[in-house]
Amino acid sequence: MKLAKDAKDLRMHKRRGPTKREWSLYAMCAVPVLLVLVFNYLPMYGLIIAFKNYKYSLGIFGSEWVGFRNFEFFVTSSDFIRLVRNTVGLNAIFIVFGIVCAVILSIMLYELKSRLATKIFQTTLLTPHFLSWVIVSYMLYGFLHPQYGILNGFMENTLHIQPLDWYATPSVWPFILTIASIWKHVAMDSILYYAALMGIDSSLIEAARIDGAGKFKIYRYIILPELVSLITILTIMKIGNIFRADFGLFYQLPRDIGILYPTTDVIDTYIFRTMRVIGDMGMSSAVGFLQSLVGFVLVVATNYVSKKVSDTSLF
Amino acid sequence: MKKKSLLGQTLLMLAFTVLCVLFIMPFVLLVSVSFSKEADIAMNGYKFWPENFDLSAYSYIFKNPTTILNAYKVTAFYSIAATVLSLFLQSLMAYPLSWGRMRGRNFISFFLYFTMLFSGGMVPTYILLTQYMHLDNTIWIYIIPGLISPWNIFMIRTFFNSLPYEIYESSVIDGASEFRIYLQMAMPLSKPVLATLALMTFLGKWNDWNTSLMYIDNSELFSLQYLLQKILKDITLLQQMEESGLGMINAAQIPSETVRMAMAIVVAGPALVIFPFFQKYFVKGMTVGSVKG
Repeated sequence: MKLAKDAKDLRMHKRRGPTKREWSLYAMCAVPVLLVLVFNYLPMYGLIIAFKNYKYSLGIFGSEWVGFRNFEFFVTSSDFIRLVRNTVGLNAIFIVFGIVCAVILSIMLYELKSRLATKIFQTTLLTPHFLSWVIVSYMLYGFLHPQYGILNGFMENTLHIQPLDWYATPSVWPFILTIASIWKHVAMDSILYYAALMGIDSSLIEAARIDGAGKFKIYRYIILPELVSLITILTIMKIGNIFRADFGLFYQLPRDIGILYPTTDVIDTYIFRTMRVIGDMGMSSAVGFLQSLVGFVLVVATNYVSKKVSDTSLF
Repeated sequence: MKKKSLLGQTLLMLAFTVLCVLFIMPFVLLVSVSFSKEADIAMNGYKFWPENFDLSAYSYIFKNPTTILNAYKVTAFYSIAATVLSLFLQSLMAYPLSWGRMRGRNFISFFLYFTMLFSGGMVPTYILLTQYMHLDNTIWIYIIPGLISPWNIFMIRTFFNSLPYEIYESSVIDGASEFRIYLQMAMPLSKPVLATLALMTFLGKWNDWNTSLMYIDNSELFSLQYLLQKILKDITLLQQMEESGLGMINAAQIPSETVRMAMAIVVAGPALVIFPFFQKYFVKGMTVGSVKG
């Protein structure tokens, strides 16, 4: 109904210029569009820095062209493999464990009958989500402090094993980062699954129960199939962003300690460091360009896949 | 079913209680250390319960609160300003895109959408903001660059679209201008999505430390979170000096371990007390945009 009317409206105005109403609508868009143009599109033009040896004194246009040298240098460096492995590897771990934990949590919440209890537990579990990574790094420090930390105290006094200098042991960090990431995000992630579960038609479950289906069968044939499409689309969306790391998580928790780089350095922290600490703008920009490009291709590709798989897509 | 589920519910409650205790342990640790005696920490390390209740860390912080108060002011100002401005501009842009009545809206939507797929990245943005717009070391760096988030615009548009079209038609017949329909009809009806986005924007700004890290050298403009991060590093520095015998007197007097944690409480505390109350909006808002989108 509505669409047909709009189409007629549009046809009527087609030959004329914008109507007075349309002008006022365009006027409403003007400032936001300008802001997007300046802060989102202008930097894209700045990507030519990636092909230059950027010097502040010479500016973007004055700096010397170097072709693909920045890219070559990065791709052939030893950093490249490590960064890709850490970024993709850790993100993959976060995705798998994050989704498993969120689904389990949402099912637990769904099974809980008391509304009050649901509310209390959900609020408590959501609290970490409201914290900045800076605060989380303080908390983590409380656990991992080599001298005073809770964990070392426990290992020394209760388990009687050699305490560990956590901030000097790269091998433990994938675990720590995964736990921190799940701790912070699981409750938020579970909300979507929880909403999907609450949306299941209860008469369906009731009917199955009358037909003699047990809890297991209800889950196997009714509840899990409902969740599968949501899990698929969320996984696909996350895979699209697998080359983008959570800067706060990787910068604040390992506290930018060089010894930990082998397992904690990701593309985003590397870009930041090359830019702000080393000051190699061209190189840093080249890495950012690669990341954006690969991210773009991945998002478009995964979106295409999700369209095929589940008929749901972002665009 | 009912009788059998009693045991299940009890077990579930138990599992949740354990989970919640695990989840809030880091908070307990932070609070406990901040109320501990520095000497106890030096002897026995951090504990989940203070051996001797002690307020010296807090009195140390509040003896000279100007830095923290200033950071609080800066953070509160830009958080509120950015939230109000960005909500206004985003909804202003979402309105023409909704109800499918403006020609060229698909082009504008794509114009917005493309920025979600591809971006210039950290370096060109940094150069633009510092070399050309000179926003570094001003309060505006916190407010202006992030005003428009395409994602939020789409969320608001989805909500506008769900409002009855008849509202629009009757307003037009009554002779209301587009801006007036936006301000007096669409906006008041969209409180749920606006409240959610306001909360998310505010929270993001309040917890922002990256901006200071990248663009601010002037300590008077540090955001709260960045100040906190700095202090974590600076006290460590003080301690190193003390251990190597360089900073002889003053460093020893700072109850550094407890002050550090007390600082975190002073910074995070207010937000932690306030935000859980808005939790229901979060839960609602998360599903508002997604179900229809």
